[in-house]
Amino acid sequence: MTHTNLTYVDWIIMLLYFVFVLGIGFALKRFMKTSKDFFQAGRALPAWICGLAFISANLGAQEVIGMGASGAKYGIATSHFYWIGAIPAMIFVGIFMMPFYYGSKARSVPEFLRLRFDEKTRALNACSFAVMTVFSSGISMYAMARLIQTLHVFDYIFLSAGLPLGWIFHLSIILSAIIVLGYIFLGGLTSAIYNEVLQFFLIIAGFLPLVLIGLKSVGGWQGLKASMPNPSYLHSWQGMAHANTNPLGVEWFGLAMGLGFVLSFGYWCTDFLVIQTAMATDTQENARRVPLIAAIPKMFFPFLVILPGLLAIGAATPKITTVQHTDASGAIVRETSIPTEVELKGQGLVPAKTDPITGKIVLDASGKPLLDYDLAIPSMLLHYFPTGILGLGLTALLASFMSGMAGNVTAFNTVWTYDLYQSYIHKGASDTHYLAMGRWATVGGILLSMATAYAATGFNNIMDTLQLVFSFVNAPLFATFLLGMFWKRATGNGAFIGLISGTVAAVVHHGLTLPIEAHPGLHGGWIAIVHHYPSDMAQNFWTAIWAFSTNFVVTIVVSLFGQPKPESELVGLVHSLTPKPELGHLPWWRRPEALAVVLLVMVVALNVIFR
Amino acid sequence: MNLDLRIPMGLMFTLVGLILTIFGMVTQGSPIYARSLGIDANLYWGLVLLVFGGTMYLLGRRGQRRAEREAPKSVSSGTVRRGH
Repeated sequence: MTHTNLTYVDWIIMLLYFVFVLGIGFALKRFMKTSKDFFQAGRALPAWICGLAFISANLGAQEVIGMGASGAKYGIATSHFYWIGAIPAMIFVGIFMMPFYYGSKARSVPEFLRLRFDEKTRALNACSFAVMTVFSSGISMYAMARLIQTLHVFDYIFLSAGLPLGWIFHLSIILSAIIVLGYIFLGGLTSAIYNEVLQFFLIIAGFLPLVLIGLKSVGGWQGLKASMPNPSYLHSWQGMAHANTNPLGVEWFGLAMGLGFVLSFGYWCTDFLVIQTAMATDTQENARRVPLIAAIPKMFFPFLVILPGLLAIGAATPKITTVQHTDASGAIVRETSIPTEVELKGQGLVPAKTDPITGKIVLDASGKPLLDYDLAIPSMLLHYFPTGILGLGLTALLASFMSGMAGNVTAFNTVWTYDLYQSYIHKGASDTHYLAMGRWATVGGILLSMATAYAATGFNNIMDTLQLVFSFVNAPLFATFLLGMFWKRATGNGAFIGLISGTVAAVVHHGLTLPIEAHPGLHGGWIAIVHHYPSDMAQNFWTAIWAFSTNFVVTIVVSLFGQPKPESELVGLVHSLTPKPELGHLPWWRRPEALAVVLLVMVVALNVIFR
Repeated sequence: MNLDLRIPMGLMFTLVGLILTIFGMVTQGSPIYARSLGIDANLYWGLVLLVFGGTMYLLGRRGQRRAEREAPKSVSSGTVRRGH
């Protein structure tokens, strides 16, 4: 990796960001009078702010870096994660589900489950969700510290201060913990949402010039086409008829059903991390608009986060070059840049992968170096940005790491305080007590995240294992919400047993199948191997399909044997028993449904253009 | 909420824009721009951010003033809306 030559301008820009982030927290502190202000932003924010926070909560740095990596690896097909894997679900949650979340007066997603089903379903969801948020925030923290190390951001400062470089990791962890803790402790959910919006604009400010310069350097769109490793890189649907003829290794049914339906609806429609931002608006109409507003930029984000990956792979691989210029005194200066071995062995600007312990380049079975796709976006930044704007680009990356952590921490403190502490540990205390609890839960959440980050340094596989376990827990979730909101016969026992069976189905499916070219173990096949998938993505999608279907069927069967809740208790919670949202005072073009239709047309058009 | 986000956000981008513009003007023609294909990325992008930040700030100030003027009224209109 090239040395990061940061100058004082870069540091000023980064510092400015931190000052504003904490400043916003301090400015918000005086408005935090009740627990509602702290956990729900007083339910008073405008729709556009919540809409931008809604997508930024998901646009953490792993997402940004991961999408760039995947763009470099698979090409435009990565946009399926946006156009198939997000937009339809965002429209669905806005049009059909938000009236129940917002209208039920539930303060969190687990609390909705208690109103609709029963206490045990809520407890199950609240516990698993709380654990997941803490771990996700810790993973974010770990990834950020690793990236700061890899990019040598602090090296110069540490070397000049005579400190050991090994401390950079600790400093990054502690610094991010203090800043995120500071602004959430002060301003609660409002602070987190405001910072997510700030991050949204920073990502655009940092990445748009990168895309423009990158495109210019390969010679525009035509030049990009010509520089791709193979022509299918710029087509998202080519070869989707069969898993073996496209880079993702998934056929269209697995893609549409697994990613487009089960995984994406499970995430966007049930994850309190994103739902909390929509529930912070002032009216139900606005809460319904939030995911729809969010869908507009979401649709175009592939051009900001996937395209840099493509540009990185399409750029010329660094060579030894000499630049000649005249300096201020008139002398002719020659500068020779010699790329490092990892850059020379890479493809385009994507460097070769090195082993973190030995520092040697990792080779595949045929002796070719493996590429470190995760560095596609960071090396683009370092390659094209001069000092100054480079500080802005790095600030955008740091901001997205921190707002990814913040969203998880606010979701954690809400679910902990309302769904676990207030419900099972200390009922009936004063509101001031719960507000204080929320602040301390923030401290606890951050400490647990730090513990997770350090655990990740000790055990290489811990992140993959955690993500695998999350996928088992999350995969069946959507079936429970779907049946809960649209079938009044669904019972609490049905939901509870269905959820557990869905997770068991996911575990068993994973244990019985294996992607080709993988060894049994963490990748599957640890019970027996009855089926091979062409890629781990295909296995992942089908695990979700099995988990969802099992939950769906088991919930229905168990519910049919039980006694449903009386209809009077389900008003506002189930579709058929809830009066339609009153929109008579709005002209037709201002109704959420009209916006939804426009969005659908746009997403179909994008898929057709980039087929 | 009484703090309009556009005000601090506008301020931040204005300041970042200002820093980049000034730095870009000072370093015009410097070899650091070999990376960005000879384009003075700091100057041009600094100006873009300056305009963006300034607009945000002005919109935020206007919004805040309007909110303050309507503050006593909005309480009553809120209750009326609830009756729908």
